[in-house]
Order: sequence, then C-alpha cells, then structure tokens
Amino acid sequence: MTSTTEQFADLSATTLLRFATAGSVDDGKSTLVGRLLHDSKSVLTDQMEAVEAVSAQRGQDAPDLALLTDGLRAEREQGITIDVAYRYFATARRRFILADTPGHVQYTRNMVTGASTADLAVVLVDARNGVIEQTRRHAAVAALLRVPHVVLAVNKMDLVGYQESVFAAIAEEFTAYASDLGVPEITAIPISALAGDNVVDVSANMDWYGGPTVLEHLETVPVSHDLTACPARFPVQYVIRPQTAEHPDYRGYAGQIASGVLRVGEAVTVLPSGRTSVIEGIDALGESVDIAWAPQSVTVRLKDDIDISRGDLIAPSASAPATTQDVEATVCHVADQPLAVGARVLLKHTTRTVKAIVKEIPSRLTLDDLSQHPNPGQLVANDIGRVVVRTAEPLALDAYADSRRTGSFLLIDPADGTTLAAGMAGESFASTAETTVQADEEGWDF
Amino acid sequence: MTTVAHLHEETDAPYALSHLDALESEAVHIFREVAGEFEKPVILFSGGKDSIVMLHLALKAFAPAPVPFTLLHVDTGHNFPEVLEYRDRTVEKHGLRLHVASVQDYIDAGKLRERPDGTRNPLQTVPLTEAIQSLKFDAVFGGGRRDEEKARAKERVFSLRDEFSQWDPRRQRPELWQLYNGRHAPGEHVRVFPLSNWTELDVWQYISREGIELPEIYFAHEREVFQRNGMWLTAGEWGGAKEGETPETRLIRYRTVGDMSCTGAVDSDAATLDAVIAEIAVSRLTERGATRADDKMSEAAMEDRKREGYF
Repeated sequence: MTSTTEQFADLSATTLLRFATAGSVDDGKSTLVGRLLHDSKSVLTDQMEAVEAVSAQRGQDAPDLALLTDGLRAEREQGITIDVAYRYFATARRRFILADTPGHVQYTRNMVTGASTADLAVVLVDARNGVIEQTRRHAAVAALLRVPHVVLAVNKMDLVGYQESVFAAIAEEFTAYASDLGVPEITAIPISALAGDNVVDVSANMDWYGGPTVLEHLETVPVSHDLTACPARFPVQYVIRPQTAEHPDYRGYAGQIASGVLRVGEAVTVLPSGRTSVIEGIDALGESVDIAWAPQSVTVRLKDDIDISRGDLIAPSASAPATTQDVEATVCHVADQPLAVGARVLLKHTTRTVKAIVKEIPSRLTLDDLSQHPNPGQLVANDIGRVVVRTAEPLALDAYADSRRTGSFLLIDPADGTTLAAGMAGESFASTAETTVQADEEGWDF
Repeated sequence: MTTVAHLHEETDAPYALSHLDALESEAVHIFREVAGEFEKPVILFSGGKDSIVMLHLALKAFAPAPVPFTLLHVDTGHNFPEVLEYRDRTVEKHGLRLHVASVQDYIDAGKLRERPDGTRNPLQTVPLTEAIQSLKFDAVFGGGRRDEEKARAKERVFSLRDEFSQWDPRRQRPELWQLYNGRHAPGEHVRVFPLSNWTELDVWQYISREGIELPEIYFAHEREVFQRNGMWLTAGEWGGAKEGETPETRLIRYRTVGDMSCTGAVDSDAATLDAVIAEIAVSRLTERGATRADDKMSEAAMEDRKREGYF
C-alpha cells in the first residue's frame, strides 16, 4: 500500500492509445491478443480461472488464451470470432483501447469498423506463409482508413527456427507494398504469440532483432496530434438555451471540436449559411476557457445572435471549408443489402443528416490485387468502391485525407435505418485517372 | 497551416488530452448526439456509481441548462435503503423527474413470479422493457461498460433493440468513427452506453477528480453479513441467513450496487476514494466476478439476459 500515491499519479498521467488488430483465421490473432492481455497482467484471476476451466473441459493441455476474447455463445461454440470486440488494458505508461477485429467472417467491414477510430493497426502474418492476399487486404484497409501507424507482427517465428532471413524478407515485401499505398509509418516485429517472444517480453531466441517488443512499441508510439494541426472544425450538435431566471439570455452551441484549435476572439463562419461572427466565449464543460482543441467537447458562444442549429459547422473564417452537394468518395459497403446506382439514401456527415441519391458508382476495387472494375452498377457487402452522391442540401465536407472526422460519412437506408456504407470523401488510392468523374461547377476544396 | 505550426511551438504540450478528459469528452458527445436526435430519451438511474457518473456527465454536457432527460429506475424491491435514499436526494437536488418501475408491483399483480432462489435481478427485464414501451422512450442510456463482461465487450455504443427490446449480437450495425446511427422504427429503441470505453478504474478516478458524492456503502464499514455461494450478503426484507449460514460482523464495502440478494460485499478497509482506487488498481478479481451471483449462473449468463432485453 506504500506505492498508492505513486501508482495513482502514474495512472492519471497516462494517455490513451486506440489500436486495432487484423489477421487471417489461423495467424494466431486471438492468441496474440490473449498473450498481450495475459503478459501485461491485464487478465484477472477469475477470468483466467474461467479460461482454464473451459480449456480443461475440452481436454486441452494448456489454457487457450483465445478464449479470453471470444465472448459470445456462438463464438465459443464455433471457435470463431463473429464481431468486433473492444478490450481495455493499461500499463504504467499508457491506457489502451483495443478493437479486436475478426479475421475471416465479413473481414473488410469489420476491419474498417475497427480501423476507423484506431491510431495504430497491428497486421498479423504467419511467418511460414509470408505476405498473402489477406495481408495485402489488411494493408489496403489501413491505408484507406489512414491509420497513422501500422505494425507488421510476423508471428510463429518459432515454427521457422527464428530465422532472421525469413523475417527480413516478409518485412521488406510488406513495407514496400504498404508504403506504395501511402501508409505513413510501418514497424515490423518478429514474434511468437504462442511462446511469448517479443510480445511483452524480449525474446531470447532472436538476438538479431534490436527493435521494440509489441507492447513496448504500443506504449511509446506517439499518439497522433494531427487533429490540432488541421484547421478548426466545430460541428454544432445541440443548441443550449436554458431560458431560466438565472440564464435568461444564454445561447451556446454545444459540440465536440472535430479538428484544430478554437480561440476566443476568433472570426468564424457558419456553414452552410455563410454567416459570420466572432467567438465570444468557450465553455469547456463548466469552465470558461480562452482556447480549446480537438477532441474536446465544449460549448461556444458567439457575439452575434444568428440562426444556427444542429448540423451547422462553425469554422475559422480564414480557413472555412467549401460547401458542396456533389460528394465524391471511396466507400466501404458494410450492409448485406446492395447499394445500387439511383438508390435514395440518407447521408450522415458530422451532426448533419441529409437526403442523397447515388448518382454513379464509377469503380469497384478488388483489394487482393488493387485492380479497378469500372461501373459495377452496385456494391455488395465488403466491397470497396468509388461513388458519386448528390445531396439535397450543401455539406461542409473536408477531404478524408485532411480530417478523418469531417471527411467521413455514413450512407443509411431511409427505409429501415441500416448503415449501408462508410464513406471517405475525396481522393484515395482507390481513385484512378480513368474513373474520376468530371468535377461539378461547385468545385472541390482539395 | 503555418499559423497552426507556430501555435504548436508556442504552447506545445497542452494539445494532448489526459485519458480521463478524452473519455469525458467522448461521453459528453454521446449525450448530446442523443439529445439532438431522439424524441424521448431516458437515463437508467439506480444510484450505483456508473449511473451516478452518467448523470454527472449529463449535467456537465448541457450546463447551464437542465438535463433534457428523465430518469428511470427499475426497483427490485430488494435495493439497499442507503442507495434509495441517495437516489431520491439526487433527483430532488437537480430537479429531475424519476420514473420507477417496480418488480414488487409486478409480483403483487401476479405478472411475475418469485424465483425459488429469491433472486430478483433477472426479473427486472420485464418491468424495464414494459416501462420503455408504455412510456415510449426511444433512447435508453445505460451505464454498461465493455470491460465488465465479455458479452458486453461486443456491445455497440448505440445498440438497436427491437420492439421486444431484444439484442441480437449478430445483427448489430457496424459503428464507424464517431458517427452514431440512431435510426429506428416506431416501437424499436436504442440503448446508449456513454461509458462503453471506461474501465472500473476510470470510473473511480473520475469520481475522485470530479469530487462526486456516492452512497456510503461503496466505502469500508462494519456490517453484519453472511456467506452464500462464496459471497457476503446483507440480510434484509428480501431474506437472510438460512440454516447453516451464520451472520457475522465484518469490515466490508460494496464494489457494485445492485439487488441485495445477489450483490456481494468484499472485505475491505478502503474508507476513502484514494484507498478505493488503490484497492482496485491491485485487485486480481473483476468487478462482476467478485460481486455478482447472477453472472455465475452460466457461462453466457450476461449474453442471454442481454438478448432478452436486460441492460
């Protein structure tokens, strides 16, 4: 109990890293996640006892660490992972939120889901098989979603005699491929999730490797601050008007700063109306501040009493985005029902939901070889393609390349509310010169 | 872009958020999304620490305006008196409106039958789902956290429930970025979990940072308890020690607050927030593993109850 104060201080000081895992069925992803949780002492006694009991009941020699992560009845029965699960663990240095994505069932949409909020993705490869189609697919999704850091974990090194040459060849091939797709940072680590090499503890079997273990890398990789390096974007979520005796005239615009920094005194433009004003005050959850930044939830007050409602965007007048009704984007189709040209949909962008129509589907991408198929007519589950969508009202949309938050959107089926597709506005490696459609008169900002 | 780069040189560090600030900001965003998109949301409020933190976040999210939601408590009839007292005091203090769905009323009316083991926790599902339907709530905030249980680890932040309040893990909507899809047909509703990404320790650290008051039973005190199925239970109107179960006075505290008949106390001398945080930081048992009998009923107990509409 003497370390109480220190421990508390340590825990308070930590930052949060969100990361996602991706791997094919037998690459040992569940074992890696189990190992990471187990060796970082994040598995508690009662959880471990449950795993030991089930493993023994099934006649297995050692506790099956994969059982730590398979939570649903059907998953345990079938020994597969059905859906993305989120796991939490902490070390003295950092807190982690892990999006544990399944390897084989409906792989693309699940990995897109996990990667959409991740600062880092761990792509798992079986050292015996090297870079396979699935690996390329994972690299492509990480690139498409613009996950800032990618870790290539070359697993099962114990089954290739811990040979440096095997690791080096895989690392080189993957790095070349992922770099071509625009993945900004790649770290390759040789591991054995089963034996515990280089996951949490440094491997005694691979003297030739001088880099970090998986956990050490997760603990030290810089958490992306690019949100604040972009122009400020403040989607209005809700208008706060108490109309009470104490606050008869208070009118604040509540929201979470999507990117950049807001300052009191700054000249701002409200979109899509284009009206301008000046930030009079910023209330950061009860405290009045001069400056606030992404991703803080705040309430902004303006000097002028102008008409602003949910769905509007407040941005610095000096760097306000253009508005458009013609959205060109790369989408990942996540629903079982197809998305066809001519479909009437809802488009949800930040806090704004508008009617929209799918004008064109210029191309569909095959992730395995990155080949483009022009005018497929429709997209089905797990397809990635380019779409051109016309919206009923103008949107202040950024390029996804500039802001994951204000460049992303959902397409929703108005009939039953199903989320149809995840959209990323603007150019990506999935757009090609041949399939790019003519820009409309409105023009794009990127 | 040059101005922004300059800004960074000037102030450097302040652009990072601590993990608690990041979680708080995310939860507030979720509350405001619901306020902006739903007609009649309600917060499930039991007087337990997670729902207390939820209410605190809601108060901050809409200040200086009042919280635009009512509260709903499913009272099993076996709740801790200290917690009910806390619940009523809190509702009064913030000028809120509380709906109570009572398991006892359902039993008295013959619509629910007492279980042989006397546990009323599983009986909560019916009054809960009927209250949601009859009062026409379209968004129901719950304090569930994904770190609690492996079925909950699969839960979305916005979780669509059908007209029978059922959860189907295979048919969940993918949840991408911070774009929550709350669309639902009439009769359906959405369960919303603003604390999804919080851990038990985060909750306690946040309570400490914000100076939030809690019911006293969360802190170490002497209490007469008896042991059943490896748990220390408090006798009450719900029942008490049976033959062979001997009451004894122990220094204990509660790690979770639920129905008295199924919530176990833990041996503890942690009488302050700092002591509780220190205790949890080194605990080798999960919150529910240590204190909840109902989760031990089967390997998929939580999943099965969630499918039926439990929170």
